[in-house]
This record gives sequence, structure tokens and C-alpha cells, in this order.
Amino acid sequence: MYSQIGINKRNTILLFIIFLIFIGIFIFLINLFFFQGHTFVIIAAVIAVIFSLISYYSGTSIVLAMTKAREANKKEHAYLINTVEGLAIAAGIPKPKVYVIPGMQINAFASGRSPKSSLVAVTEGALEKLNRQELEGVVSHEISHVKNYDIRIMLLASVLVGIIIFVSEIMLRSFLFGGLRSNDSRSGRMNLIFIVIGIVLLILAPIMAQMIKFSISRKREYLADASGALLTRYPKGLADALRKIKSDTTESKIASRSTSHLFISNPFKKKQWLVNLFNTHPMLEDRIQKLDAM
Amino acid sequence: MDLIYWALIILGVIILYIILAYNSLIVLRTRISNAWSQIDVQLKRRYDLIPNLIKTVQGYVKHEKTVLTELTKARSQLISGSMQQKAKASNQITEALKSIFAVAENYPNLKANENFKMLQEELSGTESKIAYARQFYNDSVMSFNIKVQKFPTKIIANAFDFKQKEFFKTEEDEKKNIKVEF
Repeated sequence: MYSQIGINKRNTILLFIIFLIFIGIFIFLINLFFFQGHTFVIIAAVIAVIFSLISYYSGTSIVLAMTKAREANKKEHAYLINTVEGLAIAAGIPKPKVYVIPGMQINAFASGRSPKSSLVAVTEGALEKLNRQELEGVVSHEISHVKNYDIRIMLLASVLVGIIIFVSEIMLRSFLFGGLRSNDSRSGRMNLIFIVIGIVLLILAPIMAQMIKFSISRKREYLADASGALLTRYPKGLADALRKIKSDTTESKIASRSTSHLFISNPFKKKQWLVNLFNTHPMLEDRIQKLDAM
Repeated sequence: MDLIYWALIILGVIILYIILAYNSLIVLRTRISNAWSQIDVQLKRRYDLIPNLIKTVQGYVKHEKTVLTELTKARSQLISGSMQQKAKASNQITEALKSIFAVAENYPNLKANENFKMLQEELSGTESKIAYARQFYNDSVMSFNIKVQKFPTKIIANAFDFKQKEFFKTEEDEKKNIKVEF
């Protein structure tokens, strides 16, 4: 179990470095291909920075609003609150805020910038359909996301992907609406090839960024499963919960594509094309198998 | 001249290492005392809840008054003492609480009492928090002890008098028992 956490941590760091290099190359190429002057780049950069700061600092409240979560109260959700507090003690982190999401699907997520400003949210369905050991397993998974700083990494990753999408969107638009004029002075064919490559890059970049983000997210899920089991010393609880999630067919009303990576299991049940590359979560069977083997 | 440079570099590296190792030991030791205060907070919380429980249960239970005196006795032993004494008293309270909740099964009126239900939830919540706090404490002690015993941090630990810490001991299967729902 310990070695698995170690391997996962290394992989995630590696992925994150790749991500950063990727962004660097992307920006470098944009500059190389499309711009003689820098005014536009500077304006875009300023907007991107402001945009990302806003989304980094208000990301958590946006997610809460999107999922319609409300804060759990001691009277109704005594067991949930006690479990979150207990597992936070076991993980040695400050107590996160506890939220309940309306809806009968079994799911949960954690968010925040750091363990000090974190939250754990659980659906009503999870409270109703899971027994105590299973709920404890699910909460331990979320607490591990907080403890391992996954919440910060995923928030950052979302922001970085956001920037890439934002920048490539602006570039593409400025092309389509007459941005080509600035290249008139340059000589013909070579320039055209550059432009084609550039446009292809602009289209591909956001997709690739998403794929890297999903890959980070998948690795993080395994790590959170493993360290969650380390907290409860009872991997079966989470494994049973995942089994229930697997056989549960309730469709989610609250999750959207943009928030799906946050949840303990993919809120979208239907099989999709390219499941693996674009999935935020590893296959449930695989996770259950790993937990059972612990 | 070259030789002096090399000697200085090596000396610098050694000093840097000592500082880093010393600091990591301090961090781990602080974590242990922090973990201990977490246990203490939860023990205190349970200590405060018990009189309410006794008051609530007293009115209902007719024949099994001994479980209540057991609990009162165990509680009174918790107040002060070394860690091992506290661990022992804490285990006794856990046992006494378990038998009270077992007895309560025979009294439907008591079981239906709102106050009792709330106390039961609170106490079992506190109980598992104690278990989790103890787990965190023991984990912290373990990583500290490993560091103190392992070469080369062992040398620094010896030089600055870092001693191995004691685990918060309990019966082997207690954690399992706590998981059982009352």
C-alpha cells in the first residue's frame, strides 16, 4: 500500500511537469508563428492571468453553486459530520467544511485550495444508500484528496486548461476575422504552411490539455483509494461502496462535464466513445480489484 | 588552496545535512505532541458527554445499575495521569459504554428517547474520533521512531538527545470493536 502511494506520487509530478512544459511550448509556438508585434500577446496574457486568478480563488464556490450543495448541519447529518471530522483527525489535517448535494445518485467530491480551506461534499443518495462503513470509505477517499493536495492540483489543472482553451479560442477568432493581414509582408508558401500548422495546433492544444488533465485525475483516483484505505484500515468499505455505485443506475442531474473530474466516480454512466482517453476516472472494476488486493 | 576549498565544501554539506535532519526531527516530534493533544481533546469531549448519558439512562434502567457505576468509576480515572494510564482508563470507558448501549437494547422507551439517540450518536462519533486520533498519533510516533533509529539520522538524534516515543497502546482488536454499530 505504501509503495503504491509512492509510485502514484512520482507519476503525478511527472505528468504535471509535462503539463507545464506543454503550456510553455504552446505559448512559444503561438508567438513564433503568428506575431510580429507583442501588444496582442500582452493583452491576452493579462486577461488570462486575471481570468485564472479569479477561477483559482472562486473555483470552490462556483463548484458549490453548480452542484447546488448546501452545508450539512449537526442535527440532520451527525454521522456524516462526525465521520469527516474523525477522518480529518486520522489524516492530520484541519477539519474540512461538510456539504450535502441534493440528488439520489451515489457520489461525493472534495475541493479547495489547501487543506486549510477545503470542503467535502456528499450526495443525499450516498447518505441514503451506503451503510456506515461504505460511507466512511467514500469520505476517506475524499479526505485523501484533501490531504494529498489533489484538490489544489486539480484546481490548478482546471485553471491551466482554462487558459489554454481561452488563448487558443482568441487566437482562432482573431484569425478568422482578418488576423491574417498582419502577415502580408511575409513571403508566400512557407508562411502558409506555418499558418496551417499553427491553426492545427490551436485546435489540438485544448484537446491535448484536457487529455493530460484527465490523466492526472485518473492517477489521483488510485492514490486517493490507496491512502483512503490507509486511513480507515478497512479497504473493503470503499470497495463495497464502489460496487454499489457500479450497480446504481441513477443518472446525475447535478454534475456537468466541467465538474465531473471532481467526483469520486464518473457521474456519467453511459458508455462513451474514447472512454479511456477522455475519462476522468479509472474503470470502477479496476479500482475495486486494487482495493480488494490490499 | 584547492584542498581547502574542497574541505570547506564538504564541511558546508555536512552542516547543511545536520540542519535539515535536525529540523525534520523537530517537525516529527511536534507532530506527535499535536497528535497527542488531538486525542486529549476527544477524551475530554467524551468525558463531558458521559454525565449527560448517565442522567438520561438512569431514569429508564431499573435492574442494571451496575453498568452505570462502572462507567462513573472508569470516567473518574481519566482525569489525570501519564499517557499509559489515560490509555487504560480510556479503554475501560469504551468497554463500559459498550455494555450500557447493550443494556439499552432491552429498553425500547430509552432507545426511542431523542436525547439518548443524540448522545449515542455523539458518543460513538467521539469514540471513533478517539480511535482515529490514536491512529494518527501512533503513525506519527512510528515515523519519528524510524527516523531516530535509522542511519544516518540516528547520529543526529543521539547528539541532540531525541528519544524514541511510546505508542498509545490498546487491546489488539479494539479498533474492530469500535466499528460495530451500537
